[in-house]
Amino acid sequence: MDWQFLAFSLAKILVVFAVVMTMVAYAVLVERKVSAFIQDRVGPNRANPFFARYIPYLGMKLVRWGIFQPMADALKAILKEDYTPAHVRKVYFWIAPALAMVPALLTLAVIPFGSQLGAQKMVIADLDVGVLYTFGIVSLGVYGIVLAGYAANSKYPFLGGIRSSAQMISYEIAMGLSVIPVFLLVGSLNLSDVIGAQSGSLLAWHVFKQPVAFFVFLVAAFAETNRLPFDLPEAETELVGGYHTEYSSMKFALFFLGEYAAMISVSAMMVTLFFGGWTLPFLGLDQPAQSLWVGLLHILIFFLKLCVLLVGIIWVRWMLPRFRYDQLMDLGWRRFIPVALANIVVTAGVLAMMHR
Amino acid sequence: MIVERKPLNLAERLYIPAVANGFKVTWRHFKRTLFEGRTAAGDTAGGFHPEVPWRVGEGYRGAPYLVRDQDGATKCVSCQLCEFVCPPKAIRITPPGPDGAPADRRNAEKMPREFEINMLRCIFCGYCQEVCPEEAIFLQRDYSLSGTSRAEMIYDKEKLLALGGAHAGLRKWKQKEDEARAQEAFPPAAS
Ligand code: SF4
Ligand code: SF4
Repeated sequence: MDWQFLAFSLAKILVVFAVVMTMVAYAVLVERKVSAFIQDRVGPNRANPFFARYIPYLGMKLVRWGIFQPMADALKAILKEDYTPAHVRKVYFWIAPALAMVPALLTLAVIPFGSQLGAQKMVIADLDVGVLYTFGIVSLGVYGIVLAGYAANSKYPFLGGIRSSAQMISYEIAMGLSVIPVFLLVGSLNLSDVIGAQSGSLLAWHVFKQPVAFFVFLVAAFAETNRLPFDLPEAETELVGGYHTEYSSMKFALFFLGEYAAMISVSAMMVTLFFGGWTLPFLGLDQPAQSLWVGLLHILIFFLKLCVLLVGIIWVRWMLPRFRYDQLMDLGWRRFIPVALANIVVTAGVLAMMHR
Repeated sequence: MIVERKPLNLAERLYIPAVANGFKVTWRHFKRTLFEGRTAAGDTAGGFHPEVPWRVGEGYRGAPYLVRDQDGATKCVSCQLCEFVCPPKAIRITPPGPDGAPADRRNAEKMPREFEINMLRCIFCGYCQEVCPEEAIFLQRDYSLSGTSRAEMIYDKEKLLALGGAHAGLRKWKQKEDEARAQEAFPPAAS
């Protein structure tokens, strides 16, 4: 290990972390704005810091668009009283929010978010078993929620925790099975290779080659990130707030941020696995960049694809009602797992026929 | 009536119409708000809350205030039923005691020396209005109460009476009073 590698990795980690945290903050804003527009409201449009006045022309527009709202939210989360109820199990109560937040961020380590800048590959860890790592980490995400439900020591969080453990474990299977055909096609578990295999034409994107796999992955992703229509662990209408009912201030904010960070990381996974990552199938944008500008352009492409998926996920939340719990389990075990298995068999069969 | 549940066809079981219609509806609203600048508040009230206060209808159950009768006298007789019934214990009444000031209403035995409602505790349930035998306390149309300290949110008798205004309701002892007056007159008026 040389110093240069260490320095560059550290720089990449810092930049990715900063960008993702900013994205999380603004994903919350987008969520609030989109929900507001869908419900004939205007959403946050009042956060007006003292310096907004001095930004020429744009200042008041930014205020109206709520651009400063995340700052106000963050300030509020930090300054609020951090209340620990007397009946909780303290140790677990304290580590649960961190456990909910960390896995979502860790999965981002293997996502190639650009081709290269100079000689540096734009991925934090170019693992050969990238996707195995991802699934390993994603399955840790359930611990934060289960521990939170257990630690809170009251009934609604407990129910939320139980639901989420069942839900996340079942959908992990469907999710893991759904991507196997993709790797059968690519022949490698390295995510950079997966992107390489999707260059050439638009039809090379796995979303067109493997629509079934994509669909199963998409649905499982909703379940894994606890988003509507599968947000049963927190189902506000039945469980108050689910597993984070007893949390306040920054600990609650960590759960909240964790949810959005998880959304970002599954969207990044989807972009990488199914939408060709940082490539675009024209203008030669599907080859690793030779110049700095093309490298930056690749990052921008990745970012835009990510944003489109994020808005899609957010939109679905305001479009579909919540599933019932038994329907959810039924869907996971009796529909998606068989479909994903059949997809594997068919893909393997077709591949075997073609390579004979 | 029994609603017959038709079996779903394949497309319906795959949620295709649900997703399509859901998108249609959400997009319609999204478009209308974002591009045409129309909102529910704008359409119904003509603006947003702090600038354009929301006008509530008659009979709205907002903050409970004490009322005066048509002669400007305090209606409350300090029976303390409302204090007793109030679920969150928001009301505190100090009765006049044996040597307090007499009621400013004739034929009423007493009136409270102090009457406090803690608006931070009040849940606007309306039990006080319901239980009051004198129609002296009513939930009125104020819904947006704010203050800069907790002490400021405890409304005292004076404030409650000032905010409550006069009430055109029943004057419970009016007839008794009129009768008493009539009996004192001599010779009695022919009926
Ligand atoms: S409205 Fe209900 S809570 Fe409020 S003062 Fe009356 S009884 Fe108490
Ligand atoms: S407001 Fe009504 S119920 Fe309450 S003390 Fe006065 S007379 Fe009695």
